[in-house]
Amino acid sequence: MNDNEKIQIISAIVEHKPGVLHSISNMFRRRGFNIESISVGVAEQKDLARMTITIKGDDRTVEQVVKQLKKLIDVVKVSILDPSESVTRELALIKVSTSDARVRSDIINYTEIFKGHVVDVAHESLIIEITGDLDKINAFIELMRPFGVKEIARTGITALTRGMRSVKME
Amino acid sequence: MVRMTGAKALIKALQKEKVDVIFGIPGGAILPVYDEFYDSDIRHILMRHEQCAAHAADGYARASGRVGVCMATSGPGATNLVTGIANAYMDSSPIVAFTGQVPRPFIGKDAFQETDIVGITTPITKCNFQVTDASQIPTTVKKAFYIASTGRPGPVLIDLPKDVQTEVAEMDFDGKIELRGYRPNHEPHPIQVKKAVDLLINAERPVILAGGGVISSNACSELLSIAELLLAPIATTLLGKGCIPENHPLSLGMLGMHGTIASNKIVPEADVLLAVGTRFSDRTTGAAKKFCVDAKIIHIDIDTSEIGKNIRPHVPIVADAKKALQAIYENLVQHYRKNERSQLMRKVQELKRQQEEIVNSKEGLSPPRLLTELRKILPEETIITTEVGQNQMWAALYLKTYKPRTFISSGGLGTMGFGFPAAIGAKTAHPEVPVVDIAGDGSFIMTEQDLASSVTWNIPVTVIVLNNSVLGMVAQWQRLFYNRRYSAVDLGRIPDFVKLAEAYGAQGLRVGSIEEFTKAIKIGLNSDVTTVIDVPISSEENVFPMVPPGGELDKFVAG
Repeated sequence: MNDNEKIQIISAIVEHKPGVLHSISNMFRRRGFNIESISVGVAEQKDLARMTITIKGDDRTVEQVVKQLKKLIDVVKVSILDPSESVTRELALIKVSTSDARVRSDIINYTEIFKGHVVDVAHESLIIEITGDLDKINAFIELMRPFGVKEIARTGITALTRGMRSVKME
Repeated sequence: MVRMTGAKALIKALQKEKVDVIFGIPGGAILPVYDEFYDSDIRHILMRHEQCAAHAADGYARASGRVGVCMATSGPGATNLVTGIANAYMDSSPIVAFTGQVPRPFIGKDAFQETDIVGITTPITKCNFQVTDASQIPTTVKKAFYIASTGRPGPVLIDLPKDVQTEVAEMDFDGKIELRGYRPNHEPHPIQVKKAVDLLINAERPVILAGGGVISSNACSELLSIAELLLAPIATTLLGKGCIPENHPLSLGMLGMHGTIASNKIVPEADVLLAVGTRFSDRTTGAAKKFCVDAKIIHIDIDTSEIGKNIRPHVPIVADAKKALQAIYENLVQHYRKNERSQLMRKVQELKRQQEEIVNSKEGLSPPRLLTELRKILPEETIITTEVGQNQMWAALYLKTYKPRTFISSGGLGTMGFGFPAAIGAKTAHPEVPVVDIAGDGSFIMTEQDLASSVTWNIPVTVIVLNNSVLGMVAQWQRLFYNRRYSAVDLGRIPDFVKLAEAYGAQGLRVGSIEEFTKAIKIGLNSDVTTVIDVPISSEENVFPMVPPGGELDKFVAG
């Protein structure tokens, strides 16, 4: 990662139909863009999906990503999100080993501090659900590592612009 | 609304798009459509390989400016189209390809002749569709032709499962199409136009670089008006060839790795470069970091993603070339004060004379001389197609083009075997105009089986095989950069192209001198059957000028 590279977030409104994710991910691969994460889900209109893409790159690379996305017929709208003007969230499920009752209560305490939830309890493990921005989730995972993290599932970042500004169909 | 089968609806939709010819090959999964051709007015030209069907559609499109259409069955028929589709994509040529597909219940089951052609062609089409409901056929066809022919043109593929072709449905042929993510018409931004005009007015050495986009947007006369007003010389890319008559005093010829002396000397000296409808390919720019470093670059392109992709312009204008050039001209003509540029003009003429000396120094059956002689015989409107390699670069350098859409070549993909089927397509579009394919022996053999279609369908073209018995451009690189270690390039004197032509019912001629060559060309032009002219040339001759790969444009080897 050179000095000009940073994590940037792109929000795209796309046609919600088969093949669209393929054509987008295929374009990223073919043009050699390094994608950190993509999250997709149905948007405010049921025939549209919102795709949030995080990418590591310099400004020129990200500009090309946006242009190449816009070029795809099934991509309706694309914007680079300004971090200070947007809300970004990721959800992570983390399965942690619980060797004894003391460890278990420590984990539950940390989870409460991070405003997470214990969503599965077994004799040997807990699953914790945690939502937040990238830094919060990374911090929580680091906190859990000494206890023995068995599995992690992360959704990738999803995001919306704050206030009345928006990335949507006019 | 009318009830009919998907296949019938397809024919009707094609007629609504005014399709008069389709290049294709039938097969199991497209049989219902072919059954409809039996009663239809649409001319179907049976090719002998699907790759040729796609190239013919491409040649048709480039010669006519209209959408070319090709068709194939599922599986291998579809995959054989792939090279042709990729070729059209790289050169922004509007074609629509139809493929048969296994019936819907079999999709994903690895059925006989099933292939994921939509997946395969995603990165090489502007857009593609699999029709999953017969009632979608009219609007899908309408979308495909609209997308292929607007904005930056390109190929579109429609995949038709066999049971969709036979399914009966209510068809709406007057339905509106909605493409929310596709807005191809960009007007030039007035502020950007003003910035471009300011640069051009104050330029001391303005130069124009014209790409294929100038031809596809029919903007040649607008470009020439600007050039003549400014006295700015015009260099072209390979695909831009023909946008200015190459005997015009302001024409520099092609720029790039095998650019003319004039282009490669004059363009790097520009202080303002007006680049129109070009994507600054590596073959055009040479070392991108050293390309026109002293120039302010104005880049007009309809495809936003081309702005700044390879070369960062000072003034980008995202617009149709014709509209942008009109806007620039109208503004320029009000403010511009005539500048004679006599020094620049003298230099251009001197450099062009140097190029002519190369031709004059050649003896015998040397391609630069052959092609110069050829130009004297060919009517101005003759459509030239080329194969790929030395033949192509010789044609680009030494066969002057006078009109747009009369030089058709595989630029981006560099597809050997393109020229001959493209010639068939071009001749189909313009039966009244002579069509000549400048070929090499290595290229021609890749698609020569379509001599059969040119003969049976009475589409006579002239193929000039510059026969050096080697894969000439590869041999040239091995000669220049691999210490003459010729690896896998020797083709021998096989086949006998005269006998080959005759085996297909075409005419074969072999020549041994310039006089025989010109005589054979005249025979070919006046023949009502395809003529193959075998011209044995030296296997040692290089294409010069040449910029070594990654080099700067003006640091070329002149020969």
